[in-house]
Amino acid sequence: MKYSMSALVENKPGVLNRVVSLFRRRNFNLDSLTVGRTEIPDLSRMTILIEGTETEARKVEKCLSKLVNVVQVEHLHDKPSVMRDLALIKVKVEGDRRSEVMQLCDIFRARVVDVAEKSVIVEITGEEDKIEGFTDLLRKIGIIEMVRTGIVAMGRGEHTVSPNGYRKTAAKGSKSVL
Amino acid sequence: MKLTGAEILWECLIREGVDLVFGYPGGAILPAYDAMTKYPQIHHVLVRHEQGAAHMADGYARATGKVGVAVATSGPGATNLVTGIATAMLDSSPIVCITGQVPTSVIGSDAFQEIDITGITLPITKHNYLVTEVDEIAPTIREAFHIAKSGRPGPVLVDIPKDVQIAVTEYEPISEPAVVPSERLVTVATTDEVDRALALLEESERPLILAGHGLTLSGAEQELLEFAEKRQIPVALTLLGKGTLAEGHPLCLGMMGMHGEAHVNIAIQEADLLLAFGMRFDDRVTGDLKTYAQNSKKIHVDIDASEINKNVRVDLGIVGDLKHVIGQITERMQPAEHAEWVNLIQSWQDDRHLRDIYNADPGGKLYAAHVIRDLWKYTGGECVVVTDVGQHQMWEAQYYHHQRPRTLITSGGLGTMGFAVPASIGAKMGLKDGEVWTIVGDGGFQMTMMELATAVEQKVNVNIAIMNNSYLGMVRQWQEFFYEERYHATPMGSPDFCKLADAYRIPNMRVTRREEIPQAVEFARQQTEGPVLIEFVVEKHDIVYPMVPAGASLHNMIRRPVAGAVTEKE
Repeated sequence: MKYSMSALVENKPGVLNRVVSLFRRRNFNLDSLTVGRTEIPDLSRMTILIEGTETEARKVEKCLSKLVNVVQVEHLHDKPSVMRDLALIKVKVEGDRRSEVMQLCDIFRARVVDVAEKSVIVEITGEEDKIEGFTDLLRKIGIIEMVRTGIVAMGRGEHTVSPNGYRKTAAKGSKSVL
Repeated sequence: MKLTGAEILWECLIREGVDLVFGYPGGAILPAYDAMTKYPQIHHVLVRHEQGAAHMADGYARATGKVGVAVATSGPGATNLVTGIATAMLDSSPIVCITGQVPTSVIGSDAFQEIDITGITLPITKHNYLVTEVDEIAPTIREAFHIAKSGRPGPVLVDIPKDVQIAVTEYEPISEPAVVPSERLVTVATTDEVDRALALLEESERPLILAGHGLTLSGAEQELLEFAEKRQIPVALTLLGKGTLAEGHPLCLGMMGMHGEAHVNIAIQEADLLLAFGMRFDDRVTGDLKTYAQNSKKIHVDIDASEINKNVRVDLGIVGDLKHVIGQITERMQPAEHAEWVNLIQSWQDDRHLRDIYNADPGGKLYAAHVIRDLWKYTGGECVVVTDVGQHQMWEAQYYHHQRPRTLITSGGLGTMGFAVPASIGAKMGLKDGEVWTIVGDGGFQMTMMELATAVEQKVNVNIAIMNNSYLGMVRQWQEFFYEERYHATPMGSPDFCKLADAYRIPNMRVTRREEIPQAVEFARQQTEGPVLIEFVVEKHDIVYPMVPAGASLHNMIRRPVAGAVTEKE
C-alpha cells in the first residue's frame, strides 16, 4: 500500500540529500518525493509517498523526525487530504487526431499549452488515478514524451502541518535545500 | 573583537569546556593548528593515526560523560576518522570531529587532499556540517556540541575549509543554548503512559528488566536500582548495560544475548513482562526474532522514538529520558515481591558451576577466562576496563563483574577491532585518576598498536593486557562451529610483544602460567607513569560458551560440556 506524508524541513544545503540518503540506508521504498517552498521563507515542504506497510510508514516518520533539519512530519493517508500531481504530455497529432485529443482534454479538464505542427503539449493536474486514466487513452494516440511533478498533498480543513513554533537555528545555510 | 576563523574555533571549543583534543595536523587544518598555540589551556594529543584520535575521543566521552574532540586534516586525515566515527555512532557516544577542508574556491575540483567528508559521514554521524562562511563557525560549534550530547548522543562532524579558518570576522561569544528543530523537548512520560505501565506491572508475575546503555547515558542508575528493588524485579544486562546495576546485587542476573548466561536467556524467553530500558533489541541480544520472548508483554522506554517497535513489537512504548520516566513509574508503583520467579531463574543455573571454565582445573594451562577473572579478583573489581572485540571481550563481559557505570568501555554495536588501545588512552586521559586496564587480543592489538607511542609520549598510565592466543579467536570459533573447522586466515603470527614494548621503552612482562597473574597485576600497579604491557600467552583453542548461534532462537545455546574445560586439540 502507498502511504503519504508531509515534512517541513529547513532550507539548508544538503537537506534533500539527508532525506533521500535515509531512505536508501534504512531500505525504505520511496515512491515519490517532491519538494518546494512554503509560506515561511526558511522552510521547505516535502511530500513523500512510500510503498510499504503501515509499520514501515511509521518507521519512516520516526526516522525522518530524527534528522536535525526536519521540523515536522505528518501522515496524510489517515486523514482527509487533497493530493495533486501535474503532468506535461507531448502527444503525436497526425491527421485528424488533433480533435480527438482536444475532446479528451475537455473530458479530463486538461489544457493544451503548446501547439506544433505534428504534436501538442497537454497539461493535466489531478490525483494519480486521473492522470493514469488520461495517459492510458493518450498512449493509444501516441505519447512522444511525458514529465510528471510527483505528488503534492495537503490535509483538508484543520489538518495542517504546522512548524510548531519553529525558531530559526543560529547556524544559517544557503538559500536552497538542494 | 576581530579574530580569524581558526581562533574562533578554539574560543568556541573552550567555551564548550574542551581542554583536551586528539588530533593529527595536515595542510588543510594548519591554520587551526597554528592558532592553537595561542590557547595553552587546550592540550593537544598527537596521535599516530587519525582512527586513534576518533577512538580516543570516544573513550574519553564514555569514561567521563563529556564530549570528546578529534581533529584531522582533509582527505586521508578525514577518511581515517571514519571507523572511529561509526563506532561512536553505533554506541551513541558523544564526540565532535573537526576536519580541515580544501579552500571553498576549489571545493568540487578534486583538489589535492579534497574529499567529500560530509557526504561520506552522512550516514554515520548524528549530524554534520560544512562551514562555508567564517561567521558560521561560532553558531555551528555551539550547535554541534548540543547535538552531540543531547537526546540520544552521537558523533557530529564539522568540516571547515582552509580559507574559512583564515578569514577574519568580528567574534561575539554565544551564550544562548542552541536550538535544534527536530529536538524532542518533552522527555517525561504522560500520566496515561505511566498508568498503562503500572497496569502491565500489576498483571505480571514474571517481570524482567533489560538494562541497556541508555541508562548510563541518562544517568538513571539510581532510578533503576530503586525501581528494581521496590518491585523486586530481576535485571538482565546488555553488554553496554554492564555497570548500570552492580553485578553482585541479588537482583542482577548478568549479561543476556549471544554469549549471555543460559539462565538469563531462558528467563527472557519465560518472562511474562519485559521492561526494556535504554536498549535496542539488537540481533546479538534477541537471536531469532520470530521466537524471541513470545510469552511476554513488553514495555520499551527509550529517548529515541525510532527505536520503539523497530525490531520487536512492544505493548507500550514510552519515548523519554529514562531518569524521568523510571522515576515517574517508581513513584506511583506499589512494592511487590517475585520470590517464586526469582527462585525459578536461580534453578535454571543448575549445573552452571560445573560448566563454568572458572571452576575447571587449568591443568597447567593459561585460559583467557582465568586471566580476566583473576584480574577482577586482584583489582578488586573496581578499575575501568577497556576491551577490544572478540573472545576476550566476551570473557571480560562474563568474568569481570562491574560495580559502577562507565567502568566497562567496549565497542558493542560496530564491534570495532583496534578500539581498545586508543580508547583506553582517551579514557585514562579523561579520568586522570583510577586504574585503567586495556584488555585486547593479539589481532586487535596489531590493528592500532601504533598508539603505544602516543601513550608513551603523553605518559598515559594504562595497563595493556594482551590475550595472545595466536589466532583471531572469535572468527576461529565460528569456523570451528559453523565452517567444519577450516581455520582459514585465522592463525596469526605476531611480533615478540615484549620486545616491541622494549622498543617503545614500555615496562613489560610475559605471563604463561596462572600462578604469575598476581605478580603481573602487582607489576602493573608499580608503574605509575606511562603504559605497561603484559602479554598473556593463553590457550589457543578455547571457546566462548555459552553461545547462541547467529540467527538461532535465544534458548538454543551451545553450552560448555559439563566434563570441564575445553576439548583437547593439538
